[in-house]
Formats: sequence, C-alpha cells, structure tokens
Amino acid sequence: MAALESPQPAATTTAMRHAFGNVLSVLILVLIGVLAFSIRLFSVIKYESVIHEFDPYFNYRVTQFLSKNGIYEFWNWFDDRTWYPLGRVIGGTVYPGLTLTAGTIWWVLNSLNIPLSVETVCVFTAPVFSAFASWATYLLTKEVKGSGAGLAAAVLLAMVPSYISRSVAGSYDNEAVAIFALIFTFYLYIKTLNTGSLFYATLNALAYFYMVCSWGGYTFIINLIPMHVLLCIVTGRYSPRLYIAYAPLVVLGTLLAALVPVVGFNAVLTSEHFASFLVFIIIHVVALVYYIKGILTPKMFKVAVTLVVSIGMVVCFIVVAILVALVASSPTGGWSGRSLSLLDPTYASKYIPIIASVSEHQPPTWPSYFMDINVLAFLVPAGIIACFSPLSDSSSFVVLYIVMSVYFSGVMVRLMLVLAPAACIMSGIALSQAFDVFTGSIKYQLGGSSNSTDNAEDTNNAPKDDASAGKTDKGEEIVKERSSKKGKKKEREPADKPSVKSKAKKKALVLPLETSIVALLLLIMLGAFYVIHCVWAAAEAYSAPSIVLTSQSRDGLHVFDDFRESYAWLSHNTDVDDKVASWWDYGYQTTAMANRTVIVDNNTWNNTHIATVGTAMSSPEKAAWEIFNSLDVKYVLVVFGGLIGYPSDDINKFLWMVRIGGGVFPHIKEADYLRDGQYRIDSEATPTMLNCLMYKLSYYRFVETDGKGYDRVRRTEIGKKHFKLTHFEEVFTSHHWMVRIYKLKPARNRIRGRAKKLKSKTTSSGWSSKSEKKNPWV
Amino acid sequence: MKQSSVVVDLLLLLLTISVLTTPAFSDLVLSKVERRIDVTSQFARVTKSLKVVNPGSESVSEFMLTFPKFLGNNLAYLSVKTKRPLANLSVKKADPKGIPDSISVYSVALPKTLSKGDSLTLEVVATFTNVLQPFPEKITQGEIHLVMLQESAQYLSPYTVESQSLSIKLPNARIESYSKLENTKLQGSELKYGPYKNLPPFSYSPIVVHFESKAAFAVAEKLVREIEVSHWGNVQVTEHYNVVHRGAQLKGEFSRLDFQARPNPRGVSAFRHLLARLPPRAHSIYYRDDIGNISTSEMQSDSKKTELLIEPRFPLFGGWKTFFTIGYGLPLSDFLFASEGKRFVNISFGSPMIDLVTEKIIVQVVLPEGSKDISVTTPFAVKQSQEIKYSHLDIAGRPVVVLEKNNVVPDHNQHIQVYYKFSNINLLSEPLMLISGFFVLFITCIIYTRADFSISKSSPTYLAKLQWDEVVATLQEVQSIIQKCLAAHDKLEASLRDLSRTGDIQTCKAARKSTDSLLKDLSKELKPLLAFLQSSPSASHISPKVEELVVKEKELQEKLMAKHTTVVEGYEKKSSGRDIENRIASQQQKIIALRQEIEDLLEFIDEI
Repeated sequence: MAALESPQPAATTTAMRHAFGNVLSVLILVLIGVLAFSIRLFSVIKYESVIHEFDPYFNYRVTQFLSKNGIYEFWNWFDDRTWYPLGRVIGGTVYPGLTLTAGTIWWVLNSLNIPLSVETVCVFTAPVFSAFASWATYLLTKEVKGSGAGLAAAVLLAMVPSYISRSVAGSYDNEAVAIFALIFTFYLYIKTLNTGSLFYATLNALAYFYMVCSWGGYTFIINLIPMHVLLCIVTGRYSPRLYIAYAPLVVLGTLLAALVPVVGFNAVLTSEHFASFLVFIIIHVVALVYYIKGILTPKMFKVAVTLVVSIGMVVCFIVVAILVALVASSPTGGWSGRSLSLLDPTYASKYIPIIASVSEHQPPTWPSYFMDINVLAFLVPAGIIACFSPLSDSSSFVVLYIVMSVYFSGVMVRLMLVLAPAACIMSGIALSQAFDVFTGSIKYQLGGSSNSTDNAEDTNNAPKDDASAGKTDKGEEIVKERSSKKGKKKEREPADKPSVKSKAKKKALVLPLETSIVALLLLIMLGAFYVIHCVWAAAEAYSAPSIVLTSQSRDGLHVFDDFRESYAWLSHNTDVDDKVASWWDYGYQTTAMANRTVIVDNNTWNNTHIATVGTAMSSPEKAAWEIFNSLDVKYVLVVFGGLIGYPSDDINKFLWMVRIGGGVFPHIKEADYLRDGQYRIDSEATPTMLNCLMYKLSYYRFVETDGKGYDRVRRTEIGKKHFKLTHFEEVFTSHHWMVRIYKLKPARNRIRGRAKKLKSKTTSSGWSSKSEKKNPWV
Repeated sequence: MKQSSVVVDLLLLLLTISVLTTPAFSDLVLSKVERRIDVTSQFARVTKSLKVVNPGSESVSEFMLTFPKFLGNNLAYLSVKTKRPLANLSVKKADPKGIPDSISVYSVALPKTLSKGDSLTLEVVATFTNVLQPFPEKITQGEIHLVMLQESAQYLSPYTVESQSLSIKLPNARIESYSKLENTKLQGSELKYGPYKNLPPFSYSPIVVHFESKAAFAVAEKLVREIEVSHWGNVQVTEHYNVVHRGAQLKGEFSRLDFQARPNPRGVSAFRHLLARLPPRAHSIYYRDDIGNISTSEMQSDSKKTELLIEPRFPLFGGWKTFFTIGYGLPLSDFLFASEGKRFVNISFGSPMIDLVTEKIIVQVVLPEGSKDISVTTPFAVKQSQEIKYSHLDIAGRPVVVLEKNNVVPDHNQHIQVYYKFSNINLLSEPLMLISGFFVLFITCIIYTRADFSISKSSPTYLAKLQWDEVVATLQEVQSIIQKCLAAHDKLEASLRDLSRTGDIQTCKAARKSTDSLLKDLSKELKPLLAFLQSSPSASHISPKVEELVVKEKELQEKLMAKHTTVVEGYEKKSSGRDIENRIASQQQKIIALRQEIEDLLEFIDEI
C-alpha cells in the first residue's frame, strides 16, 4: 500500500485506500463466513450428516410436515402422535421461525431443481446462519466502533465455542437462527439510533418479528432495548433519533409479535413485555417535555414543570397501580416459570422440578465460562473501557448488553449463548483498538527512521518523553508514568483510541518500538490460543450428535449406534398406532425416528402427564402395568447404560422421575428411594427402589451377562440380581443394551394359576387346529 | 401350510381323474429325464435335462412343460435351452383345453421341427419362490428353523417318460423327515429318488421333505433401483430395500442376552448379514436408512468385483422387517457404449444382493437431460413406462425409463440395454447456465453500485444528499489545509531545534519567513471553504466545530510565532538556554494543549 500511495496525488491515494479497504473487508467477511460455516462441519466429517440430540429431531419432524403439507396445514396441525391421549397443537405452541426458515430454503432450492432432502437442509441451516450471525456482528460492531472492530468481532463470533455448541451442523435448534436474529435486531436498533431513519426503524421491527418467531429469548430484546432507552433518557442523551429508534419498534414489534400464535396476547399480557410499555410512556413524556421546552421561554418552562410534575406524579401512581394489578391478575403472576427462574435463580429448583431437571437450566460453573468464551473473558473488560472513551449512544448500548447478558448467563447456562455475541463484540473492540495502538506506534517509529522530518520529530519526542518519565528507560514504565501524569488516558493501552490520521502526531500515544512489537506478538499469541481452543471445542467437545456415540479403544474406533437401532426396530416391527412410553427425554426422538405415538416428550407442557409416567416408572410392576395399560401403552422403552458405562441413562435420571411423579402423586415419596439420603442401587438400596419398574426393566437378566451384575456407571454390583418379570416381556434390546424395549403382557396372562390353565388350553387347541390340517407326511 | 396341504389333496384327487381322461398331446416321448432341485437357499432352483424323442409320424414343433399349479404359481424364472445348437428357446404360458386347472402349462417353441425319430435335449432351469414352507410356522428364539418342500418324485409331464430320476440337494444340516418311496436314497445331504422307468403321462407321486434351513429368508418386499446416467463420467446407482425375513415367525421374547451368549448363541433363525456383489470399480458406496448412516458394513474389492457385506441395524428374526438404502457410483465407461449412432447403457437388472428374492422391483434408468429416441431391450418380459425427473438445475427434466417386475430371483440378474440418442452440446448447458447466472448477478451488483437510482432528481432528500456530499468534500479540504498548517508548525519547531543545535539564527529566520507566507496562503484558501460551510444548511451542525478548529489553529499559530520570536530573540541576546526555556515554558504548555485540542477536533470531524 505504501508503495502505491507515494507516486499518486493525495486525493486519489485516499480514494484508493478506501477502495482497497472496502474490497479487503468484503473479502475478509466472505472468509469469515466460510470459516463460520466450515468450523461447524466437524460433526459431519467425524460422524455423519444427521440431526443431533433431542429438540432438533422435533424441529426436523415439523419441517418435514411443513414441506410435505404446506404452511396452512402446518398452522392447523394437531399432532396426535405425542402426548397421547391429549395430543398437541403444534402450530400454536411452536416458535415457527426456524421451521419456516428451513422450509423456505428447501422450497426455494427445490423450485430451482436442486434436489436436497429436507434433512440436508435442516442439518446445514445452523452453520449457514452462524455465517449470517458473524456478518450481523460485523455490522453491529461497525456501527459502534468502526469496521476494524467489526471485523475483529465477526471473526471472534465465527468461532466462539458457546455459539458453536448450539450451531454445529445437525444441531437444528431455534438458537441457531435466533442468535442471528438477535444480533441483527440489535444492529438495526443501533443503526436507527445513529441515523434516525424511519426505514431502519421499520426493518428493526421486522427483524424483531423474526426473532419473536424464532426463540422465546426475544424477551431479552424487548427488555434490553427499553433499558437502554431509559439509560439514554436518564443520562440526558434523549434525541429524536432515540425516539425513532424506539417508538416504532414497540408499536410495530408488539403488533407483529402478537401475530405469532405461540406468543399471541402474551405480547401485551405478560410482565416480560411491560417494561417496554412503561418506557414507551416515559419516552413520550420526555419527548413532550423537550417539545414544550422548545416553544416556551425558560421561565414559563419552570412553571410548567412544577405544574406537570405534580399532576404527573398522580398519573404515574395510578398507572403503576394498574400495572401492578395487571401483573397480579395475569397468568402465573405475569411471569412464566423460566423467566422467573432468571430473576430468582433458586425459583425453579424450589417449585418446578421439571425445569430444574434440565441440565441446561442450571447455573453455569466457572470452568464453563472459560470453556465457552475462553480468552474473551479477559478481553471483555478492556472492551468495556474502550466503549467509555468516548461514550456514545451505541457504545452505551453494547455496554448495557454485556452487563445484562453476564447476569443472565450466571443464572442459566443456556443463556451463555446470549453472552457470547456480547463478549465477541467487546473483545473485538478491545482487540482492534489494541492493534491500532501498537501498529500505529510501530508505523510511526519505523516511518520516523526513514523520513528526515519525522526523524526530527522523533528526536524531539524522545527527550521530552525522557524528561517527563523521570529518565527511566524501560518502555512499560514510560507508558505507565505518562498515563498517570496525563490523567486523561486510561491505564490500559487497548483503551486508547487514536484515529488513523492523528496517530502519527499523537506523540502521547506512541509506545516504544520493542514494547509494541512484544505486545503485538502477545496479542497474536492470545488470538492463536483462542483459535486453537475453538477448533478443539468444535472438533472434540461439541460435535457429538449424541444419538450415536463413539469410543476410542485399542482396536480402533467403536461405534455405539444403539438408539437408532432400537428406533429403527420400533419403526419397522411394531404397529404404526402402537404407543410407546418412555421418559420424556426420548419423546421427540421416538416420534421423529420411530414414528410411534409417545406419551410424553421434550415439550414439557403438561406436568401431570409427565408425573404419571414418572409414577409408573417408580411404581412396582403391577401398579405400573395398570397405569400404562390405562394409557393404552403397548411398549415401554428404557435407556440403560450399565453394561457399557453410558452415564446419562434412565437410572441416573430416575430421581427426577420420582420427584416429578411425587410432586403430583403424593404416594411416591423420594425418601422411599433413598437410603440415608443416598441414591444407590446396590444391596443397600431400599426395597421400594429394588422393586420399582425402572430398576426391573433396566436390570432384567443383567446379572447373566457377567455373573455378578456389575453396573459400570454406578460402579457397583446391583442389589437385586435374579428376578422375573410378571407383567412385561422383553421384546428388544439393542446391541450394547443401551435401549431396552418391553411389551406389556396381555391382561389374561397376569394371574399365574389361570395363566397355566389357559396355557394348557391354548396348546391343546393349537394341537387340534394342527390335526385338523392333516399333516401330509404323517 | 394349510393352503399347500389342501392343494396337495386336491391335486391327488384331480390327477387321478385327469390321468384317465386327458388325451395324449402328441406322440412325443421323454426318453430320459434328470431333475435336480437345489434348496440350499430360500428358493428352489430346479434344473432339468429332458431328452425328447419323436417316435410318431407327425412332426412336432411345440413342447409342453407342465408344473403342478401350486408350483406354477410361484414360478419366478424359467428358461429353456438346447445344448446343440446352443440356443435360448422362447417360452410362453399356454392354456390348452383338456388340462385340469391344477396344472400350469408352458409351451416351448422348439428350434426345429422334430420329425419322426429325431431327438433333442432340453435344458430347463426353473426357480420357484415361496415353496419352502416354514414348519412350524412360529418358533421361539432358541429353536432351529425347519422348512418343508413338496414335490413329486415322478416328473409331471403330458408325455410318456421312459426313464427318470430326481435328486434334491439339501443344505448341510439336520433332516427331519422325508417321504420314503421305492428307490429312495439319502447320500449325505443329497436325497435321490429313482430311477423310475416307463411312466405314463401325468404320473404324480407327492413327496415331502422336512429339513433345517440355515439360509437367510430375506425377501425384499419392494426394491427401487435408480440408475442415474451422467455423461460427466458416472453412473449412480441407488437402491432402496424393504426387507423382511419370510421364514418362521418369532414368537415370545427376544433376548439380547441369549442372542449374544457364547459359546451357544440362541437365535440361529435370524440373519445378520446380506452380501451384495457390486460391479468392479464401484466407488463412493454408502449404506443408510431414513434416520442416518448405518455403520455396520464391510467392503472388500478387487479387480473383478466389489463385495459389500451389510448388516441391518438389528438382526432380523422371522417376520421382522427393515428398510435401508445402498448407493454407489460406477465408472461410466464400463456401462455406456455406442452403436449405430445411438448410445446404450448396459447394466444388470436385478439386485446385487446374493440369494435375495424381490417381490416387486422397480428399476428407474434416469438418462441425461435431452436424451431422445429411447428404447429398451430386456431378456425377459417387464412392464415399461416413462417418466420425467427434475434434478440438479434441470429445465426440461430428465427422461426416466421405468421397468417393473414382480417375483424376481437372482436368475434375473441379466443385463438390460437402454438405447438413446444424446448430443454432447447438452452437457454444457448447465455449466453455462450457472456461469451466466453469476455473471448477471455481478453485473447487477456493479450497475446497482455505479448507477444513480433515485427516482426524483429534485426531491429534498436527493438534494440533501448532494449537498452533504459537497459538505464532506469541503470538510476534507479543510482538514487537509489544517494538516498542512500543522506540518508548517512542525517545520517551525524543527527550525527552533536546529537553532538550539547550531545557533544559526539566519536560517531560522528564513524558515520563519517562508512559514509565514505559507500559512498566509493557507488561511486565504481556507476562507471560501468556511464561507461555504456556514452557508450550507446541511453542515449546520458541523460548521461551529470547524470554525472552532480554525480559531484554535489561529491561536496556536500565534502562540507558536510568539514562542519563535522569544527564542530567536533569546538567541540574539545570547541568553542562556535554560533562561530561554524558562521563558517559553508557559507558552510551550499552552501550545501542547492547543495542539491536543486541534487533534481532538480533527478526529471528531474525521468521524463525521
């Protein structure tokens, strides 16, 4: 570039620089997109192109339905293959954004005669949208701190492990598109705030609509933006631009949100949305005040203020009273359980075991922060400081965003996902500013040695620095000394913000050459560590589809494909209308992969129904048989990891079944299953435990495998080894025993005495029927 | 079971009648009949060698093959050959009068008419499915799989048979029972009946063999084979199997424990593997079902064949079903040939699975887009139709030849030929389409960024934009001028430093002069720009800043000049360096502060 510049006139040089810069950033953005897409393909390469885990299977099934039956059928879809006998209205209870997105992509591709299957489209939706998300991050950060920071933030987001964990190829979940929608909505908000354009405000409402379609996390937006507006008003930054950014969003956004069936009137009825309305009122009051201030003389204005404040207080009081009344009267006190557990982290575990039983609703641990955002955790503070110099509307927004998301991620590990983009933006700003300072210093120093005038400046500069630093020669100390002396400058170098042009002349910000180079190298090393960690996380930690497990043993890779083995068995060898009971974790997979009706699934909307299944699993065989028979269940599926040591099996989840069952049916008491408060399945276990259905179905004939019944997960020998099943019969067990399927015996075989009689009868009748046939060779 | 035994009964009854009533078809005599039935797999493959002699006076050109109806209904494959000359004879189903319903008749057109005394040897191969009936019909996991075969010890024929023998090749396993007639011998796993001499037409003596079968009773209820021909060098074969185990049904529990028990696994009636013998040089082989890849398969390949051993997700017991898809690519050059201006694909019809019976096969040969004059030759009768398939960026769609056939056995694995005409130009259509698509995209982008798309040239927003552009340009000029001023200041400072080093007052003064004039010029240049900014309405929020900048710059200039004058005076008066420094110290601080302010302002303007 430097060589190019010199022969040309100044104006052309800058134009060329801009053109080069633009082309370069477009190229970099394309590469970032490719990076974001390809880093998520480890799961396809290491495993296969398959839908992952639990919820994605449901989304996949819905997408299949949509692509087969069309949008109107989809809205009216009553799914009778789940929550038997209740069923579920899918169209009205699902966030349709993801499904509609993938369905549209599929439709467009197919109408272009590109024959991709629905599955392929679903598998690759998440990686594609993470590329979009990194571009949206670029736009957002560019609005806040310029395109350098934007590029840095985009590349960080492209591979932040927290986001990778939810968007690897095959992880076809709401979050995959929702994070893009979230960032893009924020971008459009900032854009509107910076430009005051109504066009962007409308786009912002549409983006918000897309977010509402995609994920329940939209409440984060509709609370964060009002908070920022309030912050701006309080700090005296009210402007018409703020009004244009906010008011259309609330009006249009709420109207649009109410169009999504799953939200509907919740958009105006539940308290998650009330903050936005309150701020909507406040911003109007403030706008009015500013307007009046404009047309009145200062004296008149003072009079008016006293008048209005006194009336306003009364009005406010009434409004608050009405709001409180509304909150109290709206369902669940206006707050849904998940949102309540956000505000009070202990709420869920106290009152809703079904929410607490999900591991991703637990508070995260410190290591998980390091695992999920890695070095960003250290760069964020620097970014925050950079945002304060100078503080603008947009930078105050990102500061607020990071603060709120840090709080929420501390409550629920799932919301780490919301923190990740904020952390990336902050770190991007920090990194870019730091690079600016260091490269600027180096450029200045090197340029100084070659150019005579600059050289003169340099020699002038050096003694001055020396003088002010009290004749120390170590670079670091000069920096510190000077910064403390100047007072204005922040302690950290990344916080300083030299503009490109004044850089060369800002002697105050120039660091010694060696320091800059070392610091630059250290920063690059930090980045390298981040990249290594991210690639590792993408390749090793987050790529497993969890329906197929692998283990590396001495004789090569071992594949455990038991789940699909048994789902395939169910799908081909049972009647299409048979009902399968299992713990709710496997509900989505059973309906999607085995196409069989289930009693409960991962959409845990009916606690009583789940409690019924939990009770059946925790009851003795006969009682369980009666419960299942009353539900028309034909097969019972349990997941058992004791043979190969698969830890997340039903025995380990069993206490939750007891708790949830006991929550509704009081005869199930958690204490009956615990020996001295300890959960155990060995010989010390309580008789209730050893006689419950879950124990029996898991360990049926298990002792015959090794003669002792050693459970590899619990690392103990099981308590009750030899027993027979009276009401159930084994019909299928997968290759590694991970899935065991039992069939309810028909009613007449229950009573032993009668059963024998019946048996002799049937055999004799069997004989007679055979003899009727006249055996041709006898 | 029930049905078949009823059939046997009926047959016996009818045969006795028929033998008495039917007239002889012709005077042909079968001088020697050798039959061999192979039941080691799930179907019965019957090989017959018939020596036909015409003792009568009339010459005969037709030969009747007869089967009992219960076999005839399950006939999957029938071929009749003569050894000398080697020829395939055409066979068709016949329905002559006077033949009872319990007999199926096929008429064979002889290669030459047999006149008196001539003789001919016919080699007949017939394959029957569903004739090995599991008995008992339901077994538990631990039991062995027993099947039974019903046949006649004597060859059922409308002709007199002079000498005949039958041998049944049983699998090498337990034999539960077999009908014992005269001349019955069991040698190892081979059961022999006969020879019987001089039997009248329509002789029939039913036999039943009950034995253990270890063969996989794998039946594809439906098999869809899609063969997609791409002239880019690949033939892609995709096969969708709906497989069921048609042996004795499993009753009672399935216990994985017993199935995996060592050393005596229980569950011998189940089959775990299927072997597919793919053509050589098959590549990109996959094996999956509708919920993903199935990881249990092995492949071995050499120059002659590719063997794929696939294991369904779960072992298949009697009555259990499964579904899977295999796919593979084949090199085009091995299968596509040209003849007489046409091209033809020469590819095998049936499934590559060994010993698999297919109840219904649908073969779809997808030809490239733009193929014309399509015709098919098959060695046996199939139902034909044509479809259109739209795939990868097609516009007209690809013609698909659909061939359907029921009851297919491995004997049907013969090559079919699909002839079509295709011009190579068509190959380029899709790449060209893509290229032009991207070209149009980029052109649109270029036009969009270059051209001015504002609807109204007099609209206020458009004018505001134009004004704003002007303002930005002016601002840049202002900036560059200020930069120049600052550079001039730097020069002045440098001259001061030179002065302190060399003490050369004259050069310093000269520098001062030149800087003065330069600064004057610059301020002149600045004036019209400032005036423009003040007048322009869209610059209203910037112009105060710019003015402030200019004022500050002026101030700095003055301070600098003052400093310069002080220093130069100091030198002229020969006062000590420290003294001068003391005097200018306060000025120096102000200068630095001003400079800082100017830079901040510049930065601010820069950000706009």
